[in-house]
Amino acid sequence: MMIEMEVNNRKVSAEPGETVLTALERAGIKVPTLCHLATLSPTGACRMCVVEVEGQRNLVPACAFPAAEGLKITTHSPRAVRARKTIIELLLANHPDDCLYCMRSGECDLQDLAREHGVRDRRFCGGRNVHRLDVSSPAILRDPDKCILCGKCVRVCEEIQGVGAIDFLGRGSQAIVGTAFNQGLNISSCINCGQCVTVCPTGALREQSHLKEVSAALHDSDMMVVVQHAPSISVTIAEEFGARPGHDASGTLNAALRRLGFDRVFDSAFAADLTIMEEASELVQRIQTGGRLPMMTSCSPGWVKFVEQQYPDFRENLSTCKSPQQMLGAVIKTYFADKAGVPPEKIFSVAVMPCAAKKFEAQRPEMGRDGLADVDAVLTTRELVRMIRNLGMDLRALDPEPADDVLGERSSAGKMFGVTGGVMEAALRTAHHLLTGTELPALRLKPLRGLRGVKHARVTINGLELGVAVVSGLGNAIKLLEELRAGRDDLHFIEVMTCPGGCIAGGGQPFKTDIAAVRARMRALYTIDRDEPVRMSHHNEALQRLYREFLGAPLGERSHALLHTHYVQREVVR
Amino acid sequence: MIANDDVGAVLDGYAQPRREHLIPILQEVQDRQGYLSQEAMIRIGERLHLPASKVYGVATFYNQFRFQPKGRVHCTVCRGTACHVKGSLALLETIKRMLKIDAGQTTRDGAFSLEVVACMGACGLAPLVTLNEEFHAAVSVDSIQRIIRKQLKASEADARAK
Repeated sequence: MMIEMEVNNRKVSAEPGETVLTALERAGIKVPTLCHLATLSPTGACRMCVVEVEGQRNLVPACAFPAAEGLKITTHSPRAVRARKTIIELLLANHPDDCLYCMRSGECDLQDLAREHGVRDRRFCGGRNVHRLDVSSPAILRDPDKCILCGKCVRVCEEIQGVGAIDFLGRGSQAIVGTAFNQGLNISSCINCGQCVTVCPTGALREQSHLKEVSAALHDSDMMVVVQHAPSISVTIAEEFGARPGHDASGTLNAALRRLGFDRVFDSAFAADLTIMEEASELVQRIQTGGRLPMMTSCSPGWVKFVEQQYPDFRENLSTCKSPQQMLGAVIKTYFADKAGVPPEKIFSVAVMPCAAKKFEAQRPEMGRDGLADVDAVLTTRELVRMIRNLGMDLRALDPEPADDVLGERSSAGKMFGVTGGVMEAALRTAHHLLTGTELPALRLKPLRGLRGVKHARVTINGLELGVAVVSGLGNAIKLLEELRAGRDDLHFIEVMTCPGGCIAGGGQPFKTDIAAVRARMRALYTIDRDEPVRMSHHNEALQRLYREFLGAPLGERSHALLHTHYVQREVVR
Repeated sequence: MIANDDVGAVLDGYAQPRREHLIPILQEVQDRQGYLSQEAMIRIGERLHLPASKVYGVATFYNQFRFQPKGRVHCTVCRGTACHVKGSLALLETIKRMLKIDAGQTTRDGAFSLEVVACMGACGLAPLVTLNEEFHAAVSVDSIQRIIRKQLKASEADARAK
């Protein structure tokens, strides 16, 4: 039974249980919001979405008002619009006026709303709160001066990620969002996922930028600067240049990176294939030798840090494989350096990632050798976009180019690392081959596809029934860990991605990503997997050459030294 | 280590401590220790399955909680309506200036701490200031200066004696 309402003298229908805001959005009527998160229950904190409802004395927040039969709503009455404008003016009264210099300028919700509402003069003046900039974290910068206390970051961190590194501190005009004891983010339980950055409506949360370091290296004629881009970058970056979501720009991305001055352009999906060779071998070994099960993936650095600090008893379950970023970093400064005849200290290795936590991962002390980091700088998708714009380039105007050979070839399995379930599918394809010498009869594992937060499947290989689970969003991972602690024992292999939906919705991806865009990006990766000839990591010829010429066999001595790692028990303020 | 036992003792008073017990637990711990230490808040959070950020967030919301140990002389200034009308703001500013601390803080040497309270229920004696449970009624800026100066001298003498 649909509910009929009258909005601005037009009929609008809503489903029972829906809020007015949801119904308005579907009807294409835009009511501004600052604190609304589609996936979480409303808080009604910002009051931007107030509308006039006939028979109600006060304006009501559309996000928290249930749709009901016969409601008569006016969304843009003079009273509602004036109320919204006043809210913006009050927020601006306690906001630094540095929009020209702000990293979010042009992409800021507060700025957009001020413009849309025609805020032209400073109506309210008063004391302004001044706080310290928190630069302690290697991944995320916290600037409480720009915070408007919408609370989205707090809710994402607690309700979706289950971390709770930040909360509201203090009260009234003195309230801020901060960590426990208002200390630096670096010693808090923050896992650097960056989901708070993507939901922040202003510049209060942003990534630690590595643009300066990269730019300096690019202009240093002494250095060879190489770059790798993660599987999910090519299906998101084009959106920033006006393409529809899900457009795959692998070729033009390679071209743009070359024009920016990178000497070599590699594809992290090559290293994803490498990860699969090692990880599938490790899984087979654990099963055959009675190792610790279920094995859990270790590609997502937020998840890895979370286990280290909150569930250290599961450290042994984490695969010892480094993430693709770090595997490729290690191979670049050894195998590639040797091949290219460049000493590793003359190579500056950059990674373009959908992720803030990759910045943390790259600076982990064990991720390098002889005092040299394997990856020197990590750029998010957003930072790369800034870099491309800085050169006045438009991605769409470039002709596609392939990645550099040696470390540029990939299978479509490696490409699927960008979406939840993709690592699992890729690993099972190769595990099947390792165990039977034949290929999985059906490559597409339907129960593991889609954006659901928890997915299960049972796969029979050689009479051995494997239980596998795929989770994304750490809140879902916590539930699974608690089930395992309580004795659940039907699982062999678990894929965890920190961000809901996987890297295509990562903390380093473009702002204002909605669920429709994430779905389009996911489909783009599935389409690549459907249409390309090389669909299994073990069929990647460049990878086989790497093993022949350099690594030997998966889990061999050299692999062990370069591609595998260990985990620490991490003391943080929890 | 006595400090930790306080927190344990409070938590043991609850068969199944849950998040709705957070504020009473914080109050009891502060009653025993005089303030809320970081260690205490982390331990409480662990037992209630709440992140430390949440415990700290709740505690900082309320004026009644303090995060530094009380000084040897604990001074409270009433800022209730009657005391306000009788000039308690000037008293507070005077004390802050003399002790060089803000409300909620403790001097570095641990000699003094300062707290603002809402109403002591003795409005007929306004404005009220207490020093270690000793009530000073109807104080003026002049008289509070004399009282604090005397305390400062006494604490300096103490420090020299040691």
